[in-house]
Amino acid sequence: MTTKDKTTFIQKLALATPEPIARKARGLSDRALAWLFISPTIILLLAINIFPLLWTIYLSFTNYHANRPNMHVRWIGLRNYERILGREDVWEFMQITAHFVFWTMLLQVLIGFTLALLINRNFKGASFWVTVILIPMMLSPAVVGTFWTYLYQPQTGIFSYIINAFHNFGPIDMIGSVKLAPWAIIIVDTWMWTPYIVLLTLAGLRSIPDYLYEAAEIDRANSWQKFWHITFPRVLPFLMLAVLFRGIENFKMFDMVAELTSGGPGSVTEVVSIALKRAAFESWKTGYASALAIILFVTVFALGNIYVKALNRVKQ
Amino acid sequence: MKLGMKLLATATLCMGLFATSAQAEDKELTLCWAAWDPANALTVLSKDFTKETGIKMKYEFVPWTNFADRFLNELNSHGKLCDLIIGDSQWIGGAAVNGHYVKLNDFFKKEGISMDDFLPATVYAYSTWPKGSKNYYALPAMGDALGWVYRKDWFSRPEIRKAFKAKYGRELAPPKTQKELMEIAKFFQGRVIDGKKRYGVAIFTERGSEGITMGATSALYPFGFKYEKTPGKYDMEGAVNSPDSVKGLEFYKKLYDCCTPPGHSDAYMVANLDAYKSGQVAMMMNWFAFFPGIAKDPKVGGDKSGFFVNPRQKEEASVLGGQGISVVAYSDKKDLALKYIKWFARPDVQKKWWALGGYSCHKAVVNDPSFPKSAPFAADFLKAMSHVRDFWQEPNYAELLQAMQRRLHDYVVAGKGTAKEALDKLVQDWREAFEDAGKL
Repeated sequence: MTTKDKTTFIQKLALATPEPIARKARGLSDRALAWLFISPTIILLLAINIFPLLWTIYLSFTNYHANRPNMHVRWIGLRNYERILGREDVWEFMQITAHFVFWTMLLQVLIGFTLALLINRNFKGASFWVTVILIPMMLSPAVVGTFWTYLYQPQTGIFSYIINAFHNFGPIDMIGSVKLAPWAIIIVDTWMWTPYIVLLTLAGLRSIPDYLYEAAEIDRANSWQKFWHITFPRVLPFLMLAVLFRGIENFKMFDMVAELTSGGPGSVTEVVSIALKRAAFESWKTGYASALAIILFVTVFALGNIYVKALNRVKQ
Repeated sequence: MKLGMKLLATATLCMGLFATSAQAEDKELTLCWAAWDPANALTVLSKDFTKETGIKMKYEFVPWTNFADRFLNELNSHGKLCDLIIGDSQWIGGAAVNGHYVKLNDFFKKEGISMDDFLPATVYAYSTWPKGSKNYYALPAMGDALGWVYRKDWFSRPEIRKAFKAKYGRELAPPKTQKELMEIAKFFQGRVIDGKKRYGVAIFTERGSEGITMGATSALYPFGFKYEKTPGKYDMEGAVNSPDSVKGLEFYKKLYDCCTPPGHSDAYMVANLDAYKSGQVAMMMNWFAFFPGIAKDPKVGGDKSGFFVNPRQKEEASVLGGQGISVVAYSDKKDLALKYIKWFARPDVQKKWWALGGYSCHKAVVNDPSFPKSAPFAADFLKAMSHVRDFWQEPNYAELLQAMQRRLHDYVVAGKGTAKEALDKLVQDWREAFEDAGKL
C-alpha cells in the first residue's frame, strides 16, 4: 500500500466512524483527559470528606439529635457555638488536651532524640535494638490502653510492683488518682509513640553527609559544637515534622485514653475527643457535637498552619 | 437431552435447598440482650419454645458496658438485627416516642394477657409510656433491683463478732441502715482475715455507662433524693439538690473514700463480682440478677454468703434494674416475635424461668407462698421490688444519664467541689436538656 493509499484508507475509516466517537477521540485535550482520570478520586473525596464536612457544618447550626428521628430539626443559629464557648467544662477539656499534647511531645522529643543519637552510633546489634524499640508503635492503641490498665492495677500490676521495689509507697493507683491519672496517659503515649520520633530522627541523622563532620574536625570543633552547629540544625526539620504529625494525632487522641481511663477519674483525663464522643454518641446531642467538632477542626487546622509556616522557615 | 435433564435436576435441587433454607430462616427469631447469667438461663428456657413451635432462636448478647451503645444504635438506625429485644427500663420512653417498639395493647387484649398478672412496679417501670398510662410497649421479663451480698462466714466468726461489738456496742449483722452499712465497711477495711488484708465494700463507681449513677442513687434515694418536687412538672430545683440529697451524696463519697479496695475507681458489675469472689471485700452491691450465680459459686457460694436488701435511712428505697421484652418495630418477623411473647407470658413458663435463674415478675410466681424460701435471696428480692425507684425514663434519658455520670464521678471519685455544687450543676444540666426537649 502506498502512502497515498494509506491516507485515503484512514480518511475513509474516519468517515465511517460514527460522529460522536470520532469527535471524542479527536477533541479530548490533555487537560480533559487528566480530569477524566482523576474524576473518580475527586468524586470519592467529595463523597467521603467534603460532603460530611459541609453536612457537619450545617448540623452545627441545628438542634438535631440523631436518636430522635421524629423530632423537628430547627435552625438555631450560633446557639451551639455560644453554649460550647461559654461552658467552663469545654475549656477544661481543652486544657486537659493541651496538657496532654505538651507533655507527650516534650517527653517524646527528648527521649526519642536521645535514643536516635545512641542508635546512630552503629554499635553491634543496633538494628536489633531498633526493631525492639519500634514494637510498641506497631500495636493498636486500643490494645495498648487495655493492657496498660492491667499493668497499672494497684494491687497486682507490675507498674506498682516496680515502683515499690525502689521505695515502699504502697499500692499506686495510677488510673484512679486525680493527680496521677493525667500522667498515666502521658506515660503510655510516650511509651507507644517515642519510637516514631526515633524513626524520623534517625532518618534525619543518617542524611547528614560525613564531610561536614570531617570539615568540623579539621576546624577543631568539639563534640558539643558539632552537635549544635551540624547535627541539630540538620535534624530539626525532621524532628519538627514528627512533632507536627504526633501533635495533630494527640490533639485528636481518643482510643488509648478511652480504654485506659475513659476520661476519669471524674473528668481529669477527659480530652476533647472523649467529650466529643460523649456528646455525639452517648448524649446524642448531634448538633452540639457537630459544633464542637468544627471548633476542634478549626483549632487543629489553624495551629497546624502556624506550625507549618515555622517549619518552612526552619527549612529555609 | 441427558445433559438437559441433569441441568434441570440440579436446578430443581438448588431451588429446593434454597427454599428450605429460606423457610428455616423465616422460622428463626433473633433475641437481643446483655451478655450475663440470666441470658444464659433464657437460652435454656427458650429451647422449650423451639420444641413447641418449631421456631428457632438466635441470640445477640452484648456485654453490659457496650449494651446501650450497641442496641440503641441498632434501634436508631432502624436495624433489622433484633426481632425481640430485652431493653433497659430507661429506654422505654425513647423507644415508644420514636416508634422503635411495637405497642402491645391490642395483642395483649387479643391473647388475654393481663398486666394485672404482673408486679405493679415492674409493669409501671418496664412496660408503660407515658409513665403510669395503659400504653404497653413491653412485657415485664426480668425483674431486678440493686441489693447487697456479704460474707456470712466472716460475719459469724466469734473473734470478729467480739471485736465489732467492742467497737460499736452492737452485734455484727447485716446492716439495717445506710449508716450501719458504713460502720461495718469501716470495720472490715484493712482488717486481716486468714492472713490477707481485706476491704470493706465494693460499690459501683463506673464512669462510662451508668455505674456510678446506679450506685450513688442507692444511697441518694434512702436519704430522700427526689427528681422533681411535683411529679411530671420537672421542677428539680430543691428536689435534686435538696439538703437530703446532699447528705446522701456526701455519704456515698465517704463510703468510697473510706472503705473500697485500692483501684476501685471505675467499677461496675463485673469488677464488683471479681472483688467479692476473690475475697477482697466483706460486702458488695450488685444486681439481684447475679445472686443465683453467687449462691452457687464454689468459692463464696452456699453458707459463705448472705444477702440483704438496700438499707434504709430516711426512707426505704432500692434502685430498679431489670427489663421488659419488646418486639422491634423494624423486624420482618413481628408475628413470630409476638408468638414468643405470648409463650413467655404463660405462668408455667414464668415458673420455669425463675427456677432457671431468671427473675420472673409474674404474680403466679412471686405471690406463691413458697417463693420467699425458694432461694436465699428471694425474700429480699420481693422486699426490694416493693419499693424500687428508677432513673428518668424520658426519651432523652441518655443525655440526662451522662450528665449525672459526670457530676457524680467528678465529686465522688475525683473529689472535685462539694456535693451541693455537684447537684446544683446537675440541675443546671438537666434543665438545659429538658429545655432542648421542649419540656421546659
